[in-house]
Amino acid sequence: MRPTLPRLVNILVPVKRSIDYAVKIRVASDGKGVDTNVKHSMNPFDEIAVEEAIRLREKKTTKVDNITAISIGPAKAVDTIRTALAMGADSGIHITTPENAVVEPIAVANALKKIIDDKKFDLVIMGKQAIDDDSGSTGGMLAGLLGWSQGSFASKLEVEDGGKVNVTREIDGGLEKIEAKLPMIVTTDLRLNEPRYASLPNIMKAKKKKIETFKPEDLGLDLTPRFETISVSEPPKRQGGGKVESVDELVSKMKEAGVI
Amino acid sequence: MLVRSLRSSLLRPRLPPSQALRAISTSSIRRQVQEITRPAIDTPLSLWNFTEEENMLRETVRRFAEDVIGPKVSKMDEEEKMDPEVIQGLFDNGLMGIETSADMGGSECSFTSAIIAVEELARVDPSVAVLCDVHNTLVNTVLRLYGSKEVQEKWLPDLATKKVGSFCLSEPASGSDAFALQTTAKLDSSGDFYTLNGSKMWISNSAEADTFLVFANVDPSKGYKGITCFVMSKDMGVEIAKKEKKLGIRASSTCLLSFDDVKIPKENIVGEVGKGYKIAIEILNEGRIGIAAQMVGLAQGAFDKSLTYAYQRKQFGKPVGEFQGMGFQFADVATEIEAARLLTYNAARLKEEGRPFTKEAAMAKYFASVIAQKAAGNAIEWAGGQGFVREVGLEKYWRDSKIGAIYEGTSNIQLETIAKFLRKEYQT
Repeated sequence: MRPTLPRLVNILVPVKRSIDYAVKIRVASDGKGVDTNVKHSMNPFDEIAVEEAIRLREKKTTKVDNITAISIGPAKAVDTIRTALAMGADSGIHITTPENAVVEPIAVANALKKIIDDKKFDLVIMGKQAIDDDSGSTGGMLAGLLGWSQGSFASKLEVEDGGKVNVTREIDGGLEKIEAKLPMIVTTDLRLNEPRYASLPNIMKAKKKKIETFKPEDLGLDLTPRFETISVSEPPKRQGGGKVESVDELVSKMKEAGVI
Repeated sequence: MLVRSLRSSLLRPRLPPSQALRAISTSSIRRQVQEITRPAIDTPLSLWNFTEEENMLRETVRRFAEDVIGPKVSKMDEEEKMDPEVIQGLFDNGLMGIETSADMGGSECSFTSAIIAVEELARVDPSVAVLCDVHNTLVNTVLRLYGSKEVQEKWLPDLATKKVGSFCLSEPASGSDAFALQTTAKLDSSGDFYTLNGSKMWISNSAEADTFLVFANVDPSKGYKGITCFVMSKDMGVEIAKKEKKLGIRASSTCLLSFDDVKIPKENIVGEVGKGYKIAIEILNEGRIGIAAQMVGLAQGAFDKSLTYAYQRKQFGKPVGEFQGMGFQFADVATEIEAARLLTYNAARLKEEGRPFTKEAAMAKYFASVIAQKAAGNAIEWAGGQGFVREVGLEKYWRDSKIGAIYEGTSNIQLETIAKFLRKEYQT
């Protein structure tokens, strides 16, 4: 019997340019969104995704052919792709959207499906959610559209030669281990890894890596939002609590408040 | 009538009219000529314009500094010791060979990239910034600019990837008067090696370094024209006689080195025999911009830390930062930091363009060191008692800032450098 040829794995890593995690978010003056005139950087969960793809290549338990970073966003999203390239991704794809346009998870999932169908990827590693909208739905939607297995909230990922995948998932009850086969969607959780810094030599190497640019029309995509945000407001200010003298008083106050 | 004669007597120098006119017009023409020699360009840009790599570098260094160096700053200062993990991190991120070419293991970036790296490191820890600065702008650059191909190939790759460098010029008897150095390098009768004897003082990075650039005189009878630059490894006989305990930048090692009959092969000469004085003058010009960047970063780091506190700390019902008196002080210091930053970036860009930058570098270093002192001092006061305790880390910036006016050319030396240029411009 001929031995099975080692399979070359093509990894797609979607990355999103979102508001930097350290920024203090403020409601925009029109009350329909947040002030976006602040520092942006790659969604932290996406950084973890890029790092995991690079580690898979370094670990060599399976042969990684190519790591492509993709972003669906405005012109400045190219910076985010460059950061992924500087971390170690091989090439980039940028689907341009108008400045300040909202790109919903279903639109992203549709765009990713188109790219995956066209260019044949085996594994998609993406952040479990973006820290701006916290939707957490793109990964699941994409798996549904493609009919692929998914391992979400991954805190550990192992890909063996031959396409067998072991994912340890962080769920409310603890850790869940699942076994699946490529092709597959994996979404990253915080404890999967600690992303590397884009070192200076890699930043310089990234200059030579290619980024393909597409407009949604070029790919036959309609990314118009299906939801309209009516208003955004800050959460109500915390009211001070009261002090109680004894456990009995605590219980009676809780009964008064209707919580027990 | 009275007003007009007063005005005219103030404006006109007291010379016969024809000579007076000639005196004013000659010096103004000389100044105009100097300004005209900077060619005009079509779309001038502000100093807030950087290449994509420079922006990405700033991002990387800022995050590295905050995540990796930040938690260790206090400990390194208290123990007066640089953490090896920090140094390794600098190497891993390509920050120890910023301008070195890629085929020698470096990052092949612009000079301004090095300046940005130093500025961002200094925001978190000026001690780490000076280690990176001396290594890049003094040691690496001397080898790149003056070393032969063999010397470069032998020493630059390790400096970019694993060995820290140190620059040894000052001595107990020679600081500002650098050319009065007394370390001798006697050529052996075979003509193959030199024997070094002497001591070097105030040498940064020396406790961590493995590669040393040492300036010694091969022929004291020739005065400064005997000064020669040698490159050597620690195991060739560099001895650390004493590690200084300092007011500030305590994690940066500053040592007294002694050279006792140290043998150096003639292949280790950087540049030419007797031309070391030129290397020293020219390289310290660039190094000045690095120190200016360190001071700007220090000032900004202290400023950011203090204002974050001032806008949280409430007294009399509101954050203390919101009182107008405080706001005016913030504005004053912020203006100075911006001015120092622009002086520094401009000097860096002038150097990159291949234009004369000595005066501008001296201005940047002098001004940045002055405002850093003020910014760091104010930062302590704005934070009140918290600014005074070591645990918070604000007082460290003030202690660190003092060296800015002293090393790589004291403030008086900078002022003299600037004054010399002005004399040339305005003397009739």
